Parts: sequence; structure tokens; C-alpha cells
Amino acid sequence: MQADPRAVLTGVHFLNGDQACCEGALAAGARFAAGYPITPSTEIVERFSKRIPLVGGVFIQMEDELAASIAIQGAAWAGKKVFTVTSGPGFSLMMEHIGFAAMTETPCVFVNVQRGGPSTGLPTLPAQGDMMQARFGSHGDYPCIALSPDSPQECFRLMIRAMNLAEEFRTPVFLMMDEVVGHMTERVEIPAAESIEVTPRRLTEKAPEDYLPYETETSKIGGSLTPEMAIAGEGYKFHVTGLTHDERGYPSMTPETQHKLIHRLFAKIDTAKDRIIELEEDHTEEAEVVVISYGITMRVAERAIQMARTEGIATGKLRLITVWPLAEERIRELAGRVKAFVVPELNMGQVVLEVERVTGGRTRVIRVPHAGGTVHKPEQILEAIRRGAMTVQGAGA
Amino acid sequence: MSASLNPAAPAAFPICENPAEQFLRSDRMPSIWCPGCGIGTTVNCFARALIKTGIDPKKVVIVSGIGCTGRVAGYMHLDSFHTTHGRAIPFATGLKLANPGLTVVVYSGDGDLASIGGNHLIHAARRNIDLKVVCVNNLTYSMTGGQAAATTPRDAITATSPYGAYEPPLNLPHLVAAAGASYVSRWTTYHVVQTMKAMERMLTRRGFSFLEVISPCPTLFQRRNRLGDGLDTMKSYKELGATRHNANLADLDMTMGGEIVIGNFVERDRPDYLEAMQAHLRAQLQEQYVDPYEHAEAESALELGELSCG
Repeated sequence: MQADPRAVLTGVHFLNGDQACCEGALAAGARFAAGYPITPSTEIVERFSKRIPLVGGVFIQMEDELAASIAIQGAAWAGKKVFTVTSGPGFSLMMEHIGFAAMTETPCVFVNVQRGGPSTGLPTLPAQGDMMQARFGSHGDYPCIALSPDSPQECFRLMIRAMNLAEEFRTPVFLMMDEVVGHMTERVEIPAAESIEVTPRRLTEKAPEDYLPYETETSKIGGSLTPEMAIAGEGYKFHVTGLTHDERGYPSMTPETQHKLIHRLFAKIDTAKDRIIELEEDHTEEAEVVVISYGITMRVAERAIQMARTEGIATGKLRLITVWPLAEERIRELAGRVKAFVVPELNMGQVVLEVERVTGGRTRVIRVPHAGGTVHKPEQILEAIRRGAMTVQGAGA
Repeated sequence: MSASLNPAAPAAFPICENPAEQFLRSDRMPSIWCPGCGIGTTVNCFARALIKTGIDPKKVVIVSGIGCTGRVAGYMHLDSFHTTHGRAIPFATGLKLANPGLTVVVYSGDGDLASIGGNHLIHAARRNIDLKVVCVNNLTYSMTGGQAAATTPRDAITATSPYGAYEPPLNLPHLVAAAGASYVSRWTTYHVVQTMKAMERMLTRRGFSFLEVISPCPTLFQRRNRLGDGLDTMKSYKELGATRHNANLADLDMTMGGEIVIGNFVERDRPDYLEAMQAHLRAQLQEQYVDPYEHAEAESALELGELSCG
């Protein structure tokens, strides 16, 4: 289905990433948001609180991030498309409800405009230190979809995509921004509403007596592993619990039910990862060194890549627009061909750990860590590219 | 064997179905609750209150947190949500704001609502959001084995106050009334008619409504404090319960062996969250304001305010 034109500000705008993210949410059909103020994410809900009464929806500022991250889930079960936004300390408080959303299969989006940490850290300065927290932060095992925009234009587009993926897979989806992307102001082109594809809620059409809340087509080849949803107030009288549950939604705390449920939650993302994973590649085929990064860091790396090319180093770029699930197959393919991967991140080394795991020592992986507070200098990344180019092929890490 | 007990024979005494049963998930019985526990008694009152109001059960949603009372949602044949520890109220807030046509009931225990979820309780009362909160207060953390709670009276023996509790307990009616609740009531599981009537009143009025039901935990709290079994506790509730509808809320502290002040303490009209939001935005934005509930079933499941307080 297409976006509702009443909510789409079609035209060319000069917006920062936070504002563009808000416009993406509205275009995607978000009609409920709950938040708690935290720098540098607050502009997203500031704009939403101004725009939503003109569009038809609700914003509520809750008493803390625990409340915001569960209020959106209540609204989702009453039929709304929902999101919340935060930054590091708030993201830590939201962890329990990320697990609740994964376990109960509640469609919702968590936007994290990352700042320097740990703890209160650097409230107004950038980092990419929450990438592993998005992947593993809540207790227990759950799958994860995380997208990382590198510009305000992409904040708009990926927020729509995040909302759509949340609906399609009934899972929490993360938009992992950073302070620089959130606060930089650039040209943002918002297309006509009819060209914006919006994923509708997977509502059941079954009668209440035939409906099992967590029944899926597991036994059918190619069948959907995402259950159909009912919403409150329509007579389904369904039960939702964070406890391990069977297809009826009833608590069933046995190893068998746990096995079946957790394996399905992983399989529903894993079997669709080719559709979920979005990459941007440039000159990767003939490269001797490939820079793998995401978000603002890849924009800095662009300069380093240009400098390396002028020095005659065949340098490729692999931008992880979808960070989780990781593009393991593509990285593995390239690992067999290039001398080195260079992985700059605004953290002490997070996604690079996964790149190292996937390459399994078949190619050299050079970390370019940064504690955050500002972006890398292109020269730091260039230096790593030079080292990569000097690698004797086949010597491994 | 008399003929009337033979199922094939015409029944001399027709078998009446328990009217509460339509609201229960019989396929999940027996419940996890211990013999003598008061939670089931409150559930019976709740089911009967639903019947009395004539409310459309399709439009009633029940939200629980974690704990023994947190299991209530799972036993009710309604749209039901068993959420995270302490967060039933904010989850319910999202439900209500997304669809005001729902009657949203929060049913949980004292540890869940008043300790880990205490901040949400205060803010929901402040907003006067139209939630019906039933707090079954057994004065302890039962699900985890009877530890001291924010509601445990001084000197009570619990798993984590083996020499007696020395922290002052929270006075819940006083707290929620101070925060802005528009209906506040306290009864015990001995006072089933009053409990049922209080629930009925909450279901038929608008605004943040709070009912505390003092309830025994014979397995842990009563046993450790040598208070006898469920029946002994009923006798003590009968003796110690002092009905004072207009009591000074500051005098409602729970003590070991002291009187339990019960009654309907607060009933006042304040604009609820949705009324305030809609009226304010409409006044500010005039024709630019798009009512989020324009196309929704904004009318509540029943006519409000017609039933009187019991």
C-alpha cells in the first residue's frame, strides 16, 4: 500500500537527520510515538509532537524510557504503527522491552541516535558504540534487524524501511543513527506519497474461533514464519505474554516449546536475510583493499578511499546499510579475493569482531577504532588502507 | 445413589453455570494460586463486576505485570497482556491512547505496581488517564518466595527481613490520591461485595481509578508471621477492617495486627488525559487539528456515569 498523502511533506527540504527521521516515520504511517527527552535524539519527537496533531495521531512524553518503550507496544497491540527514539543511556533502559517486543512479536521501531559512552559519556558528541548492544543488549537470544543511515536523506528513507520491516516480520527494528547524522543539515527530497511503499500490518482474517495468535506456516515449504496479528477490542480475546508460549499464546515453560519458539524467531529473520540486507558497494570487484563501515564513518572513509586511489591502491567500499543481520555471505566472498579489509568504526571495535569471525583468518582485517566524540580523520583510515595494501597475499591476518 | 445424581436422569436440581466462568480461561485451570490465596477471590469479584456493568467483554482489555497477581491476565477470557515487571501501566497507557474505545484494566500486585512500577503509578494518576487499576496487596513478594516489599508492615517476618521489617511501608491510597487519582478505594478479600461494587464503579467511571485489595498469602506471609491459614485471615480482616469512607488518607498505614482502614476514599471529577489533550489541541490548532479518533470507535463500551457508587 501507499503512504497517506496527508502525512507526507512532498518536496525539497533542508532538514537535519533527526527531522528527516521524523518525516520518514510519518510517511511510513507511524501514528503513535512515546519518548523521553535525551540528547541528541530529542529533535525527532519534538518534530513529531508538532506534526502529529495535524496528521491525526498521538505523541506522549512518558516518565522514563522504560515507560516509552512499552507504551509504544501497548499502542501497537491496539493497531497503531509505533516507534520510540533515544540515545545511549535511554537505550540501556529500553533493553528489557526490546526483548519483550522480540518475544511477543510486536512490530515497533527503536531509533538510537548514538552518542559517546559508556554511562552519561558525551551527550552532544557522536559515537557508534551501541552496535553490539542493539544486537545482544536484551537478555536471552533473539534475532535483530538494524539499519544505519549516513545522511539526513537516508534517515528519511531508512526510517520508512525500518517501519516496514517491523510490520513484515513483527519484530523490533533498530535505526542506528549517530549524533553527526542526526544533527547535520542537508538537502532532503521527500517524494510523492504514491511513490512511497508502506507495509500494512499483518492482520488476521480468521474468525476468532479459528485464530491461534502464534500459529505460523512452519510446516509448509516457503510458508511464512511470521504469525498473523489480531488487535485488542475486536473479539479475539487473545493472550500475549513475555513467558515462553505455545501457538495459543499460553505460557508453556517446557524445553520443547522454548526450542520451537526461539528457533522460529531466528528462522523468520534468517530465511529472509537476502531481502533484509542492503549494501552499497563501489569498486569491490577489482579492489585489493575493501573498507567496510557504516553510518557517518563511511562518509569520512570516502575521503580516505579517494586519497588511496590517487596513490594507486585499488580500494573498494562496502557500506553496511543493514548492519544486522550482517552481510556474512558477501563478506566471505570478498575475503577470498582481497588483501585486506579495513574496518573503521566510532567505537573500540564492535562490528569488526563479526567481520573477523566471518573472514575466519582468510584475509587480513585491520581495525580502525575510535573512542568517539568526533569522527575519524581520513588520514587515520588512509594509513590503515596503506597497511592493508602492503599485505602479502595469502599471509592471512 | 439418588436419581438426581445420575446424569442420565432429569435433574431435580438444574446445574447452574458459575456466571464468572464466561470470563475465565477454563482450559488454563487449575490456576497457580495456592489454597487460601486471595487473588482468585478478587478475580471472582471482577468477573461479577463485569457482568453487573453489562459492559461488552470484547472491549475490555486486561493488562498485568509480573508476580502472582500478574498471572490474572492469563486466566481472563479477554484480550489480555502479561507484560514486563512493573510496566503494566505504561503498556496500558499505550493501549488506551491508541484506542479510547477500550476499557483498559490493569490488574497486578503491590510489588509490581507500587515498587518497581511505582513511578508509572504516580504519573498515570497525575495524568488522570482512564485506567482501572486493581492492586492486590498481599504485603510481600510471593512469586519469588515471600521477600520484604515496599508495602510490608514494620516487624513482619519475610524471607529478606528474617528479624522483622524496619522500613516504613508505602500507604498506597495516600500516594495515588496525592498524585491525582480521581477514584481511590481500599477493601480486603473478606469484603467481597464492597470489592465487587468498587470494581463496578471503576469500570463505569472515567479517569484514573485505583482499588487496593488487601489479600492474604497463607503460604508465605501468613505462615511466617503465624497468622494462620486463609480462613483465619478472613476472620482477622473481619475484625480489623474499619470502614471509614472519608478517612484522612494519611492515617491509612498498614501495621501488624492493627486496624485496616477500608472504604471508598476519593471520588472526584477531573478532566482525564484524553479530554485534556483533545480540548487543548483543538483550542490551539482549531480547524487544523486532526482528531486521532475521528474514524475510531471513540464512544466507550458503555454509557458512562449512569451507574451509581455502591
